[in-house]
Amino acid sequence: MAYLDHAATTPMLPEAIEAMTAQLAATGNASSLHAAGRRARRTVEEAREALAEALGARPSEVVLTSGGTEADNLAVKGLYWARRAADPRRTRVLASPVEHHAVLDAVHWLAGHEGANVEYLPVDALGRVHPETLREALERDPSDVALATVMWANNEIGTVMPVRELADVAAEFAVPLHSDAVQAFGQLDVGFAASGLAAMTVSSHKIGGPYGVGALLLGREHSPVPVLHGGGQERHVRSGTLDVPAVAAFAVAARTAAERREDFARDIGALRDRLVAAVLDAVPDAILGGDPEDRLPANAHFTFPGCEGDSLLLLLDARGIECSTGSACTAGVAQPSHVLLATGTAPDLARGTLRFSLGHTSTAEDVEAVAGAIGPAVERARAAGLS
Amino acid sequence: MTDTRQRPLRVLAAMSGGVDSAVAAARAAEAGHDVTGVHLALSANPQSFRTGARGCCTVEDSRDARRAADVIGIPFYVWDLAERFREDVVEDFVAEYEAGRTPNPCLRCNEKIKFAALLDKALALGFDAVCTGHYATVVVREDGRRELHRASDEAKDQSYVLGVLDARQLAHALFPLGDTLTTKDEIRAEAERRGLAVAKKPDSHDICFIADGDTQGFLAKRLGRAEGDIVDESGARLGTHDGAYGFTIGQRKGLRIGHPAPDGKPRYVLDISPVDNTVTVGPAEALEVSALTAVRPRWCGTAPSGPGTYTAQLRAHGGETEVSAELVGGELRVAFTEPVRGVAPGQAIVLYDGTRVVGSATIAATTRRPGTVTA
Repeated sequence: MAYLDHAATTPMLPEAIEAMTAQLAATGNASSLHAAGRRARRTVEEAREALAEALGARPSEVVLTSGGTEADNLAVKGLYWARRAADPRRTRVLASPVEHHAVLDAVHWLAGHEGANVEYLPVDALGRVHPETLREALERDPSDVALATVMWANNEIGTVMPVRELADVAAEFAVPLHSDAVQAFGQLDVGFAASGLAAMTVSSHKIGGPYGVGALLLGREHSPVPVLHGGGQERHVRSGTLDVPAVAAFAVAARTAAERREDFARDIGALRDRLVAAVLDAVPDAILGGDPEDRLPANAHFTFPGCEGDSLLLLLDARGIECSTGSACTAGVAQPSHVLLATGTAPDLARGTLRFSLGHTSTAEDVEAVAGAIGPAVERARAAGLS
Repeated sequence: MTDTRQRPLRVLAAMSGGVDSAVAAARAAEAGHDVTGVHLALSANPQSFRTGARGCCTVEDSRDARRAADVIGIPFYVWDLAERFREDVVEDFVAEYEAGRTPNPCLRCNEKIKFAALLDKALALGFDAVCTGHYATVVVREDGRRELHRASDEAKDQSYVLGVLDARQLAHALFPLGDTLTTKDEIRAEAERRGLAVAKKPDSHDICFIADGDTQGFLAKRLGRAEGDIVDESGARLGTHDGAYGFTIGQRKGLRIGHPAPDGKPRYVLDISPVDNTVTVGPAEALEVSALTAVRPRWCGTAPSGPGTYTAQLRAHGGETEVSAELVGGELRVAFTEPVRGVAPGQAIVLYDGTRVVGSATIAATTRRPGTVTA
């Protein structure tokens, strides 16, 4: 079995499993005042400090959430509501059109229900938002912008955004910039303080931690309106009893990911380069998606002209290769990727995509398996055509 | 000898989300075949959740099918054939009604979608066969010829809607439910035993793309209101209707003629004329048909040469009737031994030799007893 869908989720690190199972046996609500509560709170706060260190942030800037989707929703909706409450003219939201659905759908919801005027920032053929594009959008009228949101690296095609430059531009106009760094964390240097971002989303299960936990890194000057109301556990912007075992394990995974990041980028990047070379060798007219250089080291994305991505998935799955088309489904029906459409790819072409994403358990055998299977699979899928 | 005891095949199981197709896929997997499940997204609006009414191709159906595939332990995919389905089945259905005929969309779907679009894609991807939950039996003769027969349980037999399959399509068809004497309740019990959550799911409507079962409402929306006359056989005007397409030959209810026939007997739709938007009604005897002509014949094996005697089925849930039939210049000429009532152009006539399906054709014109021909 060649598991090449680490961008969907990656196996938990043994040290994270160990940290989690140790905590599962302990009792304590981190909000309680008694000894059990104090023990749990200490675990949470140590985890918060470890996360802050791994992410180049202050502990008080780490708002723990149930995962990436919640963090994205809190940033996008919460900052919109807070900024509009401070000045009702601020209803413009600037977003890249290649965002993950957790951002895209939140932005779309604001447009439909909260009077947001959403402006999608054009991307180039590699899926990148240029700082000048953001500048133009802000210069037009900086006073009516609630927030901007541009992901750190794209989950489908792997292109890395010039986040620091974008943050500099946003800062010039005093507009908060949020970035979804779910895919970037563990692969790129995503130091929060150095980035100049107002908010940044990370998720645990993409870096070897457990499911169901993530964080919004949030600059101390920002107070988004909560999405979840309740006990106010996390800086009064996020409520809900903290999942102590998951938080502890997330911190272990984050620390490990940060420590191993450079080795990971080098080693897995080299393996990914071999995979790209093997696929292009077997299928000469395959198109490598995203930026060929400045991309996530573990991401390889291809478009195979004349193929249905679903057909390729089926054929590779039958050969024990697990990957993804990279795009979301609507009612289980594969749709042309909104990311590829935004980069100007023709809809028919955008249906024939595959994303291979490597991770900490990837091996040369995985690459060999793809190298051997991809040629015949593409040939078959072409014969089956586009339905 | 039936399919399930053949060598292991790579099988693509069409899974609607209902209990029959789920059990069929499970049986195929249990028989040792390498099975992959696929749900066909056929609805133009796949988002729609059904609300009480039983439909098809909804998100819920797709999830039910996926859940069943997961329990069976087979890969599962959703294939979007909505565009093909709209073109080949739904538009054809509307056009046929508009032309005063009564189509059977299930046959059309089997001919154009399940055993054409789906089968072709399956074969191209390296599958050997398509498996469905139809109740029909494939018999493989010693010389390798494959025959389609009625299901062992004739009460549930669905060979009529498969009568459009030709030899090539049949060669790649697997019907694991067809050769067992199990009732629907037993299929549900089997589903339960296999841990399939669809065991208790209600049966779907006959026409999957009309989720609420209101065919007239569906047609009215598509074709609009077109008021016309209801006349008797002499041409005398008896009333009006909102669209001739809303009627089927042999229909008795819903004519809304205020006054009874002079003889007090019920009146039936005898003829639908889309050209002048007129519906002709008359007594039951006038419905009796002694012969018909049918077009687009399709044969499960080789086409019969010369005239022959068969039993015929004229509707999905209709009985059998004895006929003699002959292929004349590409058209099927059929004479009934005993006159039959309620034969509607557009429907399929399926010919049987005993339990064996010989072939089918689409009814184009009927000959009424007095010798009049109606198109």
